[in-house]
Amino acid sequence: MKPAFSVIFLTTLIGAAQGLFLALFTHQSYALFGLLPMQSDDFYGYGTIIVLVLLAAGLVASFFHLGRPERAWRAATMWRTSWLSREVIVLPAFMGVAFLFGVSHLFGIRPEIVTLPGGMVVDLSLVLGVIGTLLAFALFVCTAMIYACLRFLKEWNSPLTVINYILMGGSSGFILAAFYAASAAPDQADFFAGWAIIITVLALIGRAASLIRNARLKPTSTIQTAIGVKHPKITQRSMGAMGGSFNTREFFHGKSDAFLRTIKPTFLLLGFVLPLVLLALGLSNPALLGLAFILQYLGLLAERWFFFAQANHPQNLYYQTVG
Amino acid sequence: MTQLALVIDLNVCVGCSACVTSCKEWNTSGSAGPLVDERPYGENPTGTFFNRVQTYEMGTFPNSETMHFPKSCLHCEDPACVPVCPTGASYKRKEDGIVLVDYDKCIGCKYCSWACPYGVREFDEQEKVMKKCTLCVDRIYDMSMPEADRKPSCVKACPTSARLFGDIHDPESEVSVAIREDGGYALMPEWGTHPSNHYLPRRKTKMKIHADELERADNPLKLDQQLPKPDKDQSTMDDVSAW
Repeated sequence: MKPAFSVIFLTTLIGAAQGLFLALFTHQSYALFGLLPMQSDDFYGYGTIIVLVLLAAGLVASFFHLGRPERAWRAATMWRTSWLSREVIVLPAFMGVAFLFGVSHLFGIRPEIVTLPGGMVVDLSLVLGVIGTLLAFALFVCTAMIYACLRFLKEWNSPLTVINYILMGGSSGFILAAFYAASAAPDQADFFAGWAIIITVLALIGRAASLIRNARLKPTSTIQTAIGVKHPKITQRSMGAMGGSFNTREFFHGKSDAFLRTIKPTFLLLGFVLPLVLLALGLSNPALLGLAFILQYLGLLAERWFFFAQANHPQNLYYQTVG
Repeated sequence: MTQLALVIDLNVCVGCSACVTSCKEWNTSGSAGPLVDERPYGENPTGTFFNRVQTYEMGTFPNSETMHFPKSCLHCEDPACVPVCPTGASYKRKEDGIVLVDYDKCIGCKYCSWACPYGVREFDEQEKVMKKCTLCVDRIYDMSMPEADRKPSCVKACPTSARLFGDIHDPESEVSVAIREDGGYALMPEWGTHPSNHYLPRRKTKMKIHADELERADNPLKLDQQLPKPDKDQSTMDDVSAW
């Protein structure tokens, strides 16, 4: 497939945003149970502003993917069958809840909802946090299922796609949270960096697993099934278009095999190995953590590019030779 | 239930591309607006077509055979492109099974083209919406036309009648009979999309002649299992054997 930069930016930006939201609310939950010192409302509130900025940037990027962005509202209608439609609903819902979560912290609007028997007070921010967490995971699933549900694209058609979107977004978000905490609440950076290391290791394992799986895939369709002729040697002599067509532009990445082979170790190094090294070195060093987030973000852009480029669409069987 | 479809006889198709040009002509002149053509007379002409004729070669020269292969939307009975559409612009008509795109609802996300294994949807770079074969839905129901013309443009244009059009759910229709009796097959059956359009394979008319048919079974002089060959200047009884 041809990687579209709008979608690459959308998926990486909202992945980081969802991860950061999960990181912030994980901290708040730990603090609620007294496992960590509760931070000021500003810590969670300003963190949520970063979440919203990333989500908005992703949303803007997504519009560049549409031929008719002014009709984007229509995309919410087919949620019964289309994962893309579900994503279109869940993304603004998550944005809205994240916004309310931020408002509840920044303006101290935290009315008590219920008091648990143990004396634990469940306030509005906590309820919004739980809803936001569910929506963050729902959004990961929707985004990944857009690709994983296409059974013709065998490289994507796997539960690993969903797992990896969750893990890579989580990794990105927790590293950003570690960087944010190192600047805003330095004594809490260790907590986020520790989780970031665990999630990044899991993400590396998941992505490596999908790379190994994809390397062993055998195409289901062949030129024989494509045109229905049983002959071991079939060559296309003409594709029916001289100057290319939508089919030659949309489904080929247009780069050499050598480029593809270079991108793979690049994203593994930038997206997983280097961030892990930097996290281990600078558990609470803002500069190193910031560098880790930026390097990993570049690595994840490369990872997403590779994710699209690696998928081989069966329609390509019909478009081999201009003739 | 009706399922309109094309049946394309690869044994008859000569690859003239008359179906391509007539399809383009009809569909670029309709009420849905023109089909984009970029640099039509330039170096790299490109544009949106609903139908293309491709050419394949089987084998290696001199033992090779060329096949022309027209390809357009197959109007699958279980179309993978329809459920993925987020706006409902892509839909399959209940009354006749035609898969259509509502160009006024399409947001141009191209997701449907990703979900089609056959590569028959083509994005219109000018109108920024997805387009595809309509089976000439604006023609086949047009009562202002003579009945003979109420067929898809490509079918009307084919000089060798390689394209048949009809309802494949009606067992007695021309297309159903052709599929049943002439070995009609579907493309990429492995994906379970159940394409409605079928293709008839290339067939060769062969006559099987057994060895005993070359000899007279009642040859009275067949003592050594060989025909007694007459000399060139001798008369023969049947141009083959002699006394």
